[in-house]
Amino acid sequence: MSDLVQIENLHVAFRNDDGGYNDAVRGVSLQLGREKLGIVGESGSGKSLTGRALLGVLPPYARISVDRMQFDGIDLKSASPKLRRSLRGGRMGMILQDPKFSLNPVMTVGKQIVEAIRIGDRRISGGDAKKKALGILEAVHIREPERVFGLYPHELSGGMGQRVMIGMMVVREPDLLIADEPTSALDVTVRTQVLSILDELVTRRGMGLIFISHDLNLVSKFCDRVIVMYAGRIVESIEASRLHEATHPYTRGLLSCLPQIDGSLEPLPVLNREASWAGAA
Amino acid sequence: MLEIRNLNVEFSGKLAVRDTSFAVQPGESFGLVGESGSGKSTILRTVMGLNATWNGSISVDGQDVRKIPRKQLAKMVQMVFQDPYSSLHPRYVIGQQIAEPMKINGIANPERRTAELLELIGLGAKFQFRFPHELSGGQRQRVAIARALALSPKLLLLDEPTSALDVSIQAEILNLLNRLRKELGLTFVIVSHDLAVISYMCERLMVMRNAQPVETLTREQLRSGAIAEDYTKALIAAA
Repeated sequence: MSDLVQIENLHVAFRNDDGGYNDAVRGVSLQLGREKLGIVGESGSGKSLTGRALLGVLPPYARISVDRMQFDGIDLKSASPKLRRSLRGGRMGMILQDPKFSLNPVMTVGKQIVEAIRIGDRRISGGDAKKKALGILEAVHIREPERVFGLYPHELSGGMGQRVMIGMMVVREPDLLIADEPTSALDVTVRTQVLSILDELVTRRGMGLIFISHDLNLVSKFCDRVIVMYAGRIVESIEASRLHEATHPYTRGLLSCLPQIDGSLEPLPVLNREASWAGAA
Repeated sequence: MLEIRNLNVEFSGKLAVRDTSFAVQPGESFGLVGESGSGKSTILRTVMGLNATWNGSISVDGQDVRKIPRKQLAKMVQMVFQDPYSSLHPRYVIGQQIAEPMKINGIANPERRTAELLELIGLGAKFQFRFPHELSGGQRQRVAIARALALSPKLLLLDEPTSALDVSIQAEILNLLNRLRKELGLTFVIVSHDLAVISYMCERLMVMRNAQPVETLTREQLRSGAIAEDYTKALIAAA
């Protein structure tokens, strides 16, 4: 079985005011090998929830149902909370969108990375852990890693914070990385560097990457396959290189409303949503 | 409309903007592009009077901003911030937030004008009784634009107005901004890291790096690739 992740018919629902449930993810099925899978869609389309369900970090009030959810042969559906916790951080990592809220504000970033290393390997010496942390800071293209090691998160720019978080996640060399909008806070130049780090991990280490983003151009350049989500469903699944030949009107609409450097100056086409997109896919 | 000459802004010993000059003509839309920390937003904040210490000269509509009274400046320049989730007061209804600058400045009939502004930005007057948390990101950004227009300024400073929004919503906001510029004869200064957005919205742009300008281009130069600096080329290649 070469698939790293298998999800069949995932539903995530939240209670609404009337006591009923609103489905936020409705019947998502996907397979992931050791490849780069992009999930695109607008806010609220359920892409982050899908990633979080896989990791097992949805809030307790979310109602989850799934026919099958496997990670590298482990059945996540019946896995104990303890087993799932041991998978997180070690074999499954997640990079969140906003480093401002995901790093500990009262701990230097160096300490936080060292902590992540030592949770994974309790026998590593303090000095070695520090060396490894500095190495990973350098690997995520942070200039002066020695100085940054001693800084607090509020002293970092957004791009640096994001790279620190990526470093903290990849230092444990997970088999699966879920990256939720990892680059949307970054400048284009830094973004290229961050993507090349992720790309290297996939090719060199055979990691599986789920790349959640709303940036279609980025996903089509960077990923191998793309899943397009709308209102909790997968409306289209396509090879990334052929994204621009996508057929679903929603995907086409998203593509056409992007301005281009050399594009027309006429008003941008906007999305005319059709009720049928949210229906049966 | 806006003229900046030899602007230097310093934060605790570090220059955030170094010797920067540019001028924006009335009715023009001018873009500032560059990586984070390059000083783009600092320039906008300085024009608005949100930075206390700077030197050089800034003039709006031919007048030195140091000599324009605060209230008067607010009627000439307004700013729209990046994050519509944090730029609106969470416990004021929309109508109150839009009317507030008009009440401060003693403008007659703020309620009627608020309703007009909400119509203008495409939400409709019925939105005035809603709270920000009841609106989507795109709707909030529309409210922020309406509030910026409340005092009928001629110059709008837009700091990453769409980077927190979905691409589908970005298109709607950009179209709205272009329509408003045409209808109200506004001048824009837009900060963005997205060259495609700048190329779509602005006639001229300035690329910044490490607190100083790299080069100034017209839209035609950007589009035809008549670019002198390697840094700009790298930005385009990465876009």
